Amino acid sequence: MTNRRGFLKSTVAFAALAGAALVPQYAFAEGETIKVGILHSLSGTMAISETTLKDVMLMLIEQQNAKGGLLGKKLEGVVVDPASNWPLFAEKARGLISGDKCAAVFGCWTSVSRKSVLPVFEELNSLLFYPVQYEGEESSKNVFYTGAAPNQQAIPAVDYLMNEGVKRWVLAGTDYVYPRTTNKILEAYLTLKGVAKEDIMINYTPFGHSDWQTIVSDVKKFGSAGKKTAVVSTINGDANVPFYKELGNQGVKATDIPVVAFSVGEEELAGLDTKPLVGHLAAWNYFMSIDTPSNAAFIKDWHAFTKKDARTTNDPMEAHYIGFNMWVAAVTKAGTTDSDAVQDAIIGVSVPNLTGGYAAMLPNHHITKPVFIGEIQADGQIDVVWQTTGLVAGDEWSDFLPGSKDLISDWRKPLHCGNFNVVTAKCGGAS
Amino acid sequence: MGAFRSIFTSLFMLIFVSVALAQDVGVLVDKLALGNFTERGAAISALVSSGSPSVVTVLQALEDGRLYARKSDHKVFIATPSGDIFKLADPLSNSDSGQAPKTDIEKIKVNNSLREMISNAMSSLTLFSKDAKVRKDAALAILKSGDASALPALEKAIAAENDTAVADIMRIAAAAATLKSDRPEEAKKTAIATLAQQTDRDTASLLTAYAASVSDPLRSQALAAAEKIEVALSTWTAVQNIWFGFSLASVLLLAAIGLAITFGVMGVINMAHGEMVMLGAYTTYVVEQLFQIYVPDASDYAIVAAIPSAFFISALIGMAIERSVIRFLYGRPLETLLATWGVSLILQQAVRSIFGPTNKSVTTPSWMSGSIDFSNGLSFTLNRIAILIFALAIFAALILLIRYTSLGLQMRSVTQNRPMANAMGIRSSRVDALTFGLGSGIAGLAGVALSQIDNVSPNLGQSYIIDSFLVVVFGGVGNLWGTLAGALTLGVANKFLEPFAGAVLAKIFILVAVILFIQKKPRGLFALKGRWVDA
Repeated sequence: MTNRRGFLKSTVAFAALAGAALVPQYAFAEGETIKVGILHSLSGTMAISETTLKDVMLMLIEQQNAKGGLLGKKLEGVVVDPASNWPLFAEKARGLISGDKCAAVFGCWTSVSRKSVLPVFEELNSLLFYPVQYEGEESSKNVFYTGAAPNQQAIPAVDYLMNEGVKRWVLAGTDYVYPRTTNKILEAYLTLKGVAKEDIMINYTPFGHSDWQTIVSDVKKFGSAGKKTAVVSTINGDANVPFYKELGNQGVKATDIPVVAFSVGEEELAGLDTKPLVGHLAAWNYFMSIDTPSNAAFIKDWHAFTKKDARTTNDPMEAHYIGFNMWVAAVTKAGTTDSDAVQDAIIGVSVPNLTGGYAAMLPNHHITKPVFIGEIQADGQIDVVWQTTGLVAGDEWSDFLPGSKDLISDWRKPLHCGNFNVVTAKCGGAS
Repeated sequence: MGAFRSIFTSLFMLIFVSVALAQDVGVLVDKLALGNFTERGAAISALVSSGSPSVVTVLQALEDGRLYARKSDHKVFIATPSGDIFKLADPLSNSDSGQAPKTDIEKIKVNNSLREMISNAMSSLTLFSKDAKVRKDAALAILKSGDASALPALEKAIAAENDTAVADIMRIAAAAATLKSDRPEEAKKTAIATLAQQTDRDTASLLTAYAASVSDPLRSQALAAAEKIEVALSTWTAVQNIWFGFSLASVLLLAAIGLAITFGVMGVINMAHGEMVMLGAYTTYVVEQLFQIYVPDASDYAIVAAIPSAFFISALIGMAIERSVIRFLYGRPLETLLATWGVSLILQQAVRSIFGPTNKSVTTPSWMSGSIDFSNGLSFTLNRIAILIFALAIFAALILLIRYTSLGLQMRSVTQNRPMANAMGIRSSRVDALTFGLGSGIAGLAGVALSQIDNVSPNLGQSYIIDSFLVVVFGGVGNLWGTLAGALTLGVANKFLEPFAGAVLAKIFILVAVILFIQKKPRGLFALKGRWVDA
C-alpha cells in the first residue's frame, strides 16, 4: 500500500516538476529594472495562439534594452502562464501587479480572460495592453485596446463583400460573447443597409466543433437561392481547421460562396492545406505579406529571434508591437512609469505601425488602424485585395446597437468617463 | 442575328490564331502588371480575345499566383522560387529569362472576380482539348457560371464531340448559357425545359437567379422548373442526413473503440486515451514529413504507412503507461482517473514542446479528397467514406481478435476471473499490458483518421475524450457491439437534431437523453449479465 502511495506521490511530483520546467520563469533579481508583465497562456487550449505573443513581447523587450532600455533602466519581462484558465488569469494578473510590481502588463486573448482580469486592473490601477480584435462595448480607464474594434474589421469586411455583389449572408460563429455581439452588430448593420431578414442566416456552434458536414451542406443550400451568398465567420480557434477542410471537401469554392473570417490568420492557416481554400477571405489590420520596409525588418528580426525561418507573423503580434512602442513613448513623455501619469501621457501618442502608416492612441483607449481584406493563397499567405483609403478610428460603443449608440468614451479630463451618454449627459458610472 | 455575329467573331478569332504575332500578345501580357483589379480584368479580356494559344499558360500561371512583374520595368514573368531568389521565365515562350531576388519582383495578384473570369475564359479555351476529362470540366464550369459568351464555342464543341457523356453535359451547359444570352424566347423555353431534367442544386440556383431577372412567361416557367428540382432534392435530404449520421458515428466509433477495450473490458478509467489518439495523429504527420523528404513521389501513400506506425507508437506508449502507472492502481478508479489525467497533461505538454503549439498540416492524399456527387443532389465526401470503411474494418478485426485468437481468449479470461485465469497458468500482468497496448494502439489508429478531418494539435485528444466515454457508457460497458450501436445511435440522432435545433442545442439534447437513459438502464444499451461486470 505504502509502495503504491509512494509511487503516486512521485508521479505527482514528477508532473509538477515537468510543469515547472516547461514554463519559463524569469529571475526576480532586484536592481534598476522596470518590469513588464506578460500574461499569455503557454498551456491549454489557447496556447496555440498565445505562445507566439509571449515570444514577440520578449523580442520587443530585448530590442528596447539593446536601444538602451527605458528611462535609463533595463526592462525585464515577467512571464506567467495562466494556462487558458479564466479565473487563473485574474490571480496571475494580481501577482504581476502587486507581487512583481510590473509597470504594465501585456496580455490576454479571449474576451472572457479580459473580462476576468478587468476588475483587478481597475482595483490596483495598473495598465493592460490587449492585442486582439474584440467585440467592443467596453472602455476601461486601465485597458488599452490595440486590437480592432468591430468597426475596424467586421463592418469594412461586410462593406467590401456588398461591393462585390453579395446579397445573402450567413453569419456563422462559435457560441460565446465575441461572435454573438459581433453578429448582433452585423445583423443590425445589414438590416440598415436593406438586407431582408430571410437573406440572413445565423448559426452558432460549440467550441472545438469538429463535424461540419450538416452546416456546410446547409450553407450550400442557403447559397443556392440565386443570389450571391457569402459567409461571415467568427468561428474561433481550433474549430476552423475542420470547417475549412469540410468546405474544401464539399467543393465550396471562394468564387461560389466566399467565406470571410475574422479569427483566421497566417498562424491558423499553417495547420491547413490551403490549396482548396484559395480566394477565401480574411479581414485584419495587418498581414505578413504586406510589402513595407518596416514589416520586412520586423519579420527578419522575428526569424532571428525565434531562430526559425518558417515562423509566421500575424495581426495580434503587430498590435503588441504598436502597444509596446506606445507605452515606451508615453513613459518617456511622462518621465515616469506611474500609472496615472502614463494614462494621461499616452492619449495622442502616435507610433509607426508595420504597414507603412501611423497608429495613434485615441481618448477612448482604442487606436487608429488601416483595414485590409486579403485572400488566402495556395502557399498559406494572405494577399491584400482591398484596403481602406485612410485610417479607421476604433469605435468602442457600436453605433448599430440600441443600447450603446448614444454612449461615448473619453478618458481625457474633465470628462474622464468610459460610457458617457450624450443624450442624458450623464456618465454611466462604470469607470 | 446576334448569335450569327458571335459565331462569326469566333471563326474570325480562330483564323487569326495562327497569325497573331507573339510580340503583340507580349504587350498584352505586360498590361497585366499595371493598374487595379478592374484594369487587370480588362487586360485579361484583351488577352483572351487575342486568341493566342499561349494564353492558356499565362492565365493558368496568373491563377496559380506564379506570374510576377519586375518592379524596375513592369515586365511580366513566370517566376519559380528557388531559395531566396526567383527563376524567371518568359510567360509566352517559357524560355529562361535569368533570375531576380524577391525584393525586385512583385506578384501579380488576382481576386475572386478575376479568378472567376479566368476560369470562364479557360473553360472556353479548353473545350477543344484532347483530354475528355478537361473538356468535361470545361463544360461543367460553364454549366455553373452560365456564361453566355461561351455559347458559340460550346455549340461548336458539341458538334465536334464524340464522347456522348461529355456531349450531354455540354448540351446542358449550352442550355445554361442560353438563359443569359440574347437568344430568342423560344430557345430559352427549350433551355429551361432541358435544365428542368437536372436534379442538382447548382441548376436550381441558376434557374432561381434567372427567374428573378426576367418577366412572365419565362419567369414562371423557370420558377416551376426550380421548384421541381427542389422537391426532387428534398426527398433525398433524409438520405443525406443518414449518411452524415453514419459518418459522425464512424468518427465516434473510432475514438471510442480503443476506450471500449481499456475502459470497457479492463475497467481502467483512462483519461489519457485522447492523447493516444493525438499521438497517432502526430505520427501521421511525422510519417508524411518523412515521405516528403525521402520519397516525395509516393507521398499520397504516406497515410497507409502511417497506419502501422501509429498503432505501434501509441501501443508502446500505452504499454509503458500501463507498466509504470496504471498497474499500481488497479481496483482504485478515482486514483487511476487522477493519475491518467496527469499523464495526459504531461503528454500534451511534451508534444507542445517538441512540435510547437501550432497546428500541423497533414495533407489529404488526392485519392481521399473531393466527393462523389450523384445527379440527385446527394454527395458523399471521399475522406468520410474512407474513414467509415476504416472504422468498420478495425471493428471487425477487433471482434475477430477477441473471439478467435489466444490473446483474445486470455483477455476475456483475465477480465472475467483473474484468480482463476492465474491458476490456469495465464500471466495476467502480461495480458494486462498487452490489452492496454491494444486499446492504445487502436486509439492511435483513430488518430490517423482524425488527422484527415480535424486539427493536428496538442489539444486534439481532449475534444474526443468526453464523446468517447459517452459512447462506451451508453453502449454498455464491456461490450464491443454495444459501442458500435452506441456510436451509430448517437451519430445519427445528432445529425437529425442538428438541422432543427442547431449544433449547440443538439449536443445538449443528446447529453440529456443519455443521462435519462442511464437512469433507466444503468448498464447501457447492451448490458452484460453476470458477476464479472463489476469485478
